[in-house]
Amino acid sequence: MKLLKSVSLSIAALAIAATVSQADTLDTTKKNGYLSCGLNTGLPGFASPDSKGVWAGIDVDACRAVAAAIFGDASKVKYAHLNAKERFTALQSGEVDLLARNTTWTATRDTSLGLTFAAVNYYDGQGFLVSKNIGVKSAKELDGATVCIQAGTTTELNLTDYFKANKMEYKPITYDTSAQTIEGFEAGRCDVLTSDASQLYGLRTTLKDPNSAIVLPEIISKEPLGTVVRQGDDKWFKIARWVHIAMLNAEEFGITSANVDEMLKSENPDIKRFLGVTGNFGEFLGLDNKWAYYIIKEVGNYGEVFERNVGKGSPLQISRGLNALWKDGGIQYGAPIR
Amino acid sequence: MTKHKKKPQASVAFYNNPENRALIYQVIVLLAIFLFTYFVLNNMFVNIEKRGINTGFDFLHNEAGFGILQTLIHYDESDTHGKVFIIGLLNTLLVSFISIFFATVIGLLIGIGRLSKNFMVAKLSMVYIETFRNIPILLQILFWYNVVLASLPTPKQSLSYFDTIFFNNRGLYIPRPILESGFIAVFIAFILGIVAVIFLRKWSKKRHEETGEEFPIVWTSIAILIIAPTLVFFISGSPATLDYPALKGFNFKGGWSLIPELLALTFALSIYTATYIAEAVRAGIEAVPKGQKEAANALGLKDYIILKKVVLPQALRVIIPPVINQYLNLTKNSSLATAIGYPELVTVFAGTSLNQVGQSIEIILMTMAVYLTISIFISLIMNYFNSRTKIKER
Repeated sequence: MKLLKSVSLSIAALAIAATVSQADTLDTTKKNGYLSCGLNTGLPGFASPDSKGVWAGIDVDACRAVAAAIFGDASKVKYAHLNAKERFTALQSGEVDLLARNTTWTATRDTSLGLTFAAVNYYDGQGFLVSKNIGVKSAKELDGATVCIQAGTTTELNLTDYFKANKMEYKPITYDTSAQTIEGFEAGRCDVLTSDASQLYGLRTTLKDPNSAIVLPEIISKEPLGTVVRQGDDKWFKIARWVHIAMLNAEEFGITSANVDEMLKSENPDIKRFLGVTGNFGEFLGLDNKWAYYIIKEVGNYGEVFERNVGKGSPLQISRGLNALWKDGGIQYGAPIR
Repeated sequence: MTKHKKKPQASVAFYNNPENRALIYQVIVLLAIFLFTYFVLNNMFVNIEKRGINTGFDFLHNEAGFGILQTLIHYDESDTHGKVFIIGLLNTLLVSFISIFFATVIGLLIGIGRLSKNFMVAKLSMVYIETFRNIPILLQILFWYNVVLASLPTPKQSLSYFDTIFFNNRGLYIPRPILESGFIAVFIAFILGIVAVIFLRKWSKKRHEETGEEFPIVWTSIAILIIAPTLVFFISGSPATLDYPALKGFNFKGGWSLIPELLALTFALSIYTATYIAEAVRAGIEAVPKGQKEAANALGLKDYIILKKVVLPQALRVIIPPVINQYLNLTKNSSLATAIGYPELVTVFAGTSLNQVGQSIEIILMTMAVYLTISIFISLIMNYFNSRTKIKER
């Protein structure tokens, strides 16, 4: 009867395991001692290894900022490198707790996948990269072109819509990763590579001769790229959202990773609240009261992160555009911390 | 069995009777498995529901909205995910079918070559087998794809043959025949040709048995099958025209095209799988007792006749079971196409569709069911063939 006993025991154990509701993400993260974060498999500016093999980029910094807010230490992150097809399943199944993988916020994804978009860390739009020698100056001239795309992205759907609307035809080649799409493009398998404009600038830098290709002026879609969490854990969702807002507010206050220690002595009541000198906003979030201080100290404000990874301080040289603060003509707007 | 039918002795309890006991245990284990499966599935769906993820197969009727590079049947972006499934399935079957054909041909030749008396042929076959068998298939797929792409010119500098066949890095373009209504006559001629060949075979076999004379059956059959339809084709006034590929804008239009992804995948799959088939063929031939070959030799039969009529028929029953496995492996390996963007089932359905609708469980279950069905189907066919060729003991 030993066998029978063990079978029935294991069934009972499974039944109990199943009735335990989904654990509190913040608690598990704290218990694990690290944040598990889903990143791109390699996309310059967003998530790619630098010369020392350390992963860097806007999305990497999004992960690091959340880790800094929770642990006071931005290095406490475990990265999972996901391709476009894997990313949602990885988040749904709990393999990662935060997805920062240049993922477009769409209605379907926000409503039917059991996911919630927490913040938009980059406002993007889809564009076209063509090689200079085919002599195309506008996307309207692309009738009959072969297009390299990354599989399972909103890009694929936008492309169809755009070509249909302009009564043009195309042949799609869909690859798994953005690295493969740029290889296919370089090998001449396709005439055009389409992706979010920021990716095009990033991928262009990986070409043997970056000057051999140009990004066409047309932007054919809205691509708000953001961080994503599982639906149903409001506490976790709010942390992910407010970490982004904190970085926006810091830029607005002029607090940078360099001057944040001095700013602790600031007499400005807003800044005092923000850095946790007074008030208890950190506690409301379930975090240390100095959560924002840690983010800025360890990672920097939004402007710093942008310039370092995709802006003037990077090979991509993308201007702030829509991603400037609201007061500078952009649409990044941090809700007030009070 | 009759002696077990004795009534159990009174002193043995019902559950202590070994027969009853065995039965009870089996029922319990079966129940446990059912309960466990039910529990796991139920648990999965409850959890999915709780997390607000869509379930069900309704998405199959939704518009797909993305393009596919190669489709065997008509498809456009407004078709459904259900159609995408079909397209992917057909592309999987296409590449598996072509690759199985070439793998079998190459495997048979190399396998025989491995045992050749000619030193060069035997060693070259061995080198071939050892090289391609020991390199992972994914690497080979990527290698062939990159080689194909790197070695071919752009559409504007295509390699062209007689201005009708073009080869460039977008694929191989050949003229496509457009059949007119009169073409039915050619088709009928072909069917009649097949019937004639069947009768001819019977006749020549009979003659061979009666007189011992050989009739060149293969060449005659080929001649009949080609000449009859060709004659009818010209007599009925050439009822077909050719649609020639032509360079328009970025690319060639018209004609038939073979995309480089398909070429690379076919190369890799057939070359790789052929090594295993070759080894199976060698094992099969070596399993035929030496005496058989020596006896045939003593009769003065030519080498290829010995191979065809004495060795291979006996070797086949050893060869077929492992070859079944290789056909299955090849079909499953075709899913690695996703690395180079060939639009087969895993790439378009378990790839793009999955990401557009996000219902991974349903899609993965469907995809697994397809491979399971294909595998069962192939193994049924081959088992049938196997039972036909095995030694009949009388």
